[in-house]
Amino acid sequence: MDINALFECLASASCVVTQASTGLIVGALLFLVAAGLTLIFGVLKVINFAHGSFYMLGAYVALTAYRTTESYLIATLAAGLGVAFFAVVFERFFMRKVYGTDVLMQLLVCYAFILILDDAVKIIWGAEFQSLGMPEAFQRPPLMIGGGIIPVFYLYLMLAAALIAALLWFVLTKTRLGKVVRAAAHNPTMTSLLGINTSLVYAAVFALGGLLAGLAGGLAAPVRSMSPGMGFSILIESFIVTVIGGMGSVSGALLGALLIGMLRSFGSIGFPLFVEGIMFLGMGLVLILKPSGLLGKEPR
Amino acid sequence: MLKPIHDQGDALLPTSTASLSASLNPQAATRARSTRRKLLKLSASVIGASSLAAPFVSRAQNKPIKIGMPTILSGRVAMLGISSSNAAKMEVEKFNAAGGLNGRPIELVIRDSKGQPQEAARVARELVTADGCELLLDAEASSGAFAVHEVARDLGVLVMHTNSETSALTADPKLRVPTAFRSARQGIHDAVVGGAYAAQVAKEKGLRRWMSVSPDYAYGRDTTAEFLEYLKYFNKDIEVTGQVWPKLFQADYSEIITRLLQGKPQAIYSALWGGDLTSFMDQANIYALFKDRQFFAVNMADYAVLTAVKSVPANLHSGNRYLRSFPNTAANHQWSDAYAAKFKELPLNWSWENAVGMQLLIAAMRKANSTDSKKMAEVLRGLSIDSPFGAEGKITMRAEDHTVINYAVGWGALATKEPYMANPVAGSWKQILELEAAWKKSKGWA
Repeated sequence: MDINALFECLASASCVVTQASTGLIVGALLFLVAAGLTLIFGVLKVINFAHGSFYMLGAYVALTAYRTTESYLIATLAAGLGVAFFAVVFERFFMRKVYGTDVLMQLLVCYAFILILDDAVKIIWGAEFQSLGMPEAFQRPPLMIGGGIIPVFYLYLMLAAALIAALLWFVLTKTRLGKVVRAAAHNPTMTSLLGINTSLVYAAVFALGGLLAGLAGGLAAPVRSMSPGMGFSILIESFIVTVIGGMGSVSGALLGALLIGMLRSFGSIGFPLFVEGIMFLGMGLVLILKPSGLLGKEPR
Repeated sequence: MLKPIHDQGDALLPTSTASLSASLNPQAATRARSTRRKLLKLSASVIGASSLAAPFVSRAQNKPIKIGMPTILSGRVAMLGISSSNAAKMEVEKFNAAGGLNGRPIELVIRDSKGQPQEAARVARELVTADGCELLLDAEASSGAFAVHEVARDLGVLVMHTNSETSALTADPKLRVPTAFRSARQGIHDAVVGGAYAAQVAKEKGLRRWMSVSPDYAYGRDTTAEFLEYLKYFNKDIEVTGQVWPKLFQADYSEIITRLLQGKPQAIYSALWGGDLTSFMDQANIYALFKDRQFFAVNMADYAVLTAVKSVPANLHSGNRYLRSFPNTAANHQWSDAYAAKFKELPLNWSWENAVGMQLLIAAMRKANSTDSKKMAEVLRGLSIDSPFGAEGKITMRAEDHTVINYAVGWGALATKEPYMANPVAGSWKQILELEAAWKKSKGWA
C-alpha cells in the first residue's frame, strides 16, 4: 500500500492525465465485451459463458483479415461481422435449444463451445501466440497532453469505443429494432403476442453481442497477443463489470467498465498489490448493498 | 453319432502296439488307452503351450517401454506441451530406429493436464497405474511439476522434470525424491549469470534506478528476487525503486506500464514470458516506455517471442532461452535445423529441455540395461552426456541434487534478426556453482 504515491499522483497533472487516460482505455475495451454479455442476458436471460471466446475469435479473424488486406479498418470490421455471423449460428443451432432449461445445461453448451473454439483456433491458427503488430498509421510517438502520456493508438481506440457506444445507444433507444429488443427484454410473451417474431429478435441480440465482442477483439488485436484460451481472462473481468453495473443494463456496463478501468489505473499507483482484491471487494459490496447492480433494475 | 473320446484318441495313434496289446489282454488294453490319452493330452498341452509361449516370449522382448508424459496441450500455454512433446518425439524416433533397448522401442504416452496441478497429478498417476508407464517425462510448468513430484514419491517411479525452472524443486532437500530428476535450466543459474551481466551493463551505462515487472506467481517472484539479489551483489550502486506484479495472462498492461513510467527508472527487469511478454512489449512500445531505458527480459530470447513481437526496441537484453546460435556449434545448428524441418516451426526453450530429458533417460536405461526406476536413478546420478546444448558439449546430471548443470547459459543484447544475439556473454559455470552453493547455504539447504 503506497497511499502517499497516490496522493502525489493526484497532485500532479501529468500523472492524472496519464492514469485517467489509461483508465479510460482499459474501461473502453472492457465495456465493448461486457455490453454484449449484458445485452444477451438482459433480453434472453442467458449468461453467455462463451462470450470470451467470441472476443478471441474476433482477434483471430482480425489477424487473418489484416494479413490478407493490410487494412486495420477492414480487419476490425471483418472481426465484428465475422463474429456476429458466428454468434447467429451459435444461437440458432445450439443456444436456442437450451432456452428455458436449467442454467447448468446452458453452462454446459457454452463450456463445450469454449473448448471447441479453443481447439479450432489451435488447428486453424496454431497454438503459439501471435501478434498483429501496430498498423503503420499508429507507429508514432505518444502524445504529451498536460505533461501526461497518451499513445496515439489508444486515443483512436477510445474514440472508436465511444462511437460504438453512441451507436449502440442510438440503436437501442431510437430505432424500432431497439424498441423491440427492449420490449422483448421487458416482456417476451407480450412482445410475441403482438406479432413480433421474438425468435428473430433473439438471433439479432446474439448477433449484436457477437458484433461487439468481435469488434473489441479486432480493435485490441495490435496490442494484445493472441493465443487459444485468451478469452477466459476477459470473460472474468466482463462478469465483474456486468455484476457491478447491473446484469442486463448496457449503461451499467459502461459505468462498471469505467469504474474498473479507473480503479486499476489509479490503484496500480496507490495499492498495486490489492487492485484485484478491490475489484472483487467492490463487486461483493454491490451484491450486498444493491444486488441488482448500480444501474440494474430491481427484480419485480 | 459321435465316437467316444478314447476311440477318437486311439484312431490318432499308430495302430501297431495298441491293437496288439488289446487283443492279448483287455485290462492291459484299458491301461494302454488311458496312457495314450494322457500322452495325447500332454502332447497337446506341450504343443499348445509352445505355440503360445513362443510369441509370448517374443512379445515380452519387444514390449514397448512406455514413458508417460503429462504436459499442457490446451489453453494459453498449449505451446509448452507441443514444443516439449515434439522434442521428446524426435529423440524417441532416433532411439527406436537404432533398435531400442534390446529390441524394445519407447512408446510415449502423452496426456493433457490443461495446466492444472491437480489434473497433472491425476494424469501422472493414471499414466503409471492404468497405462502401465514405467517412467515419467514430466513436461509440466512449475505448479504442475510440484504435483507430479509428489506422485513420483508416492509410486516410486522415476520422473524427469523437463520444464520446471523453480530452483526449490530440486534444491530444497525437504522436497527431494530419490527417483526425481530435472533436465530444465534452473532459475538460480539464470539469476547469477543475468545479475553479473546486467551489473556490468549498469556500470558501463550508469544505470542506478531499477524497477521490475514480473508475473505475480511463484516463478515470477522467485526469479525476480534472485536476479535483483545478484544484480546488487555484483553492483552495489543499484537501487530498486519499485516493483509491479501483473497477474499471469493479464490482457491489458496499460496501468502497469504507466506505473513504470511514473517511477522513471533507468532500467527495467522482467520475468514475463510467452504471450504475456509479447503483449507487454507491444503495449509498452506505444507508450515509448523503452525510449532511453534499458530493458532486461530473461525470457525474451526464445523464437516464439522474438518472432511474435513486431517491433523489438533497441536497448533490449535477454538471457538465452533457446537460440540456434547459442551455443554456436555444428551440433546445435544440426539439431535446430532437424527440428525446424520436421515440425515446420522453430524450437523453443522447452524443446531443448525435453530433448535433454529424453537423452538422459535413454542414456541411463542403456547404461543400466534396464528400465527399473531404482536402477536407472542410480545410473543417472552424476551421469554426463554429450549434448548440443552443453556449454562445453556436455551436460551433467548433478548427483547431489538431481539437476542438470553445464548447459549453455548466457545473456546478451538483442537484435531484430537472426542470430538475434550477436555477442552473447556466456556464464561461467565456476562462478555459478560457487554462488549457488552460497545461496543454498543461506537458505539452509546445504
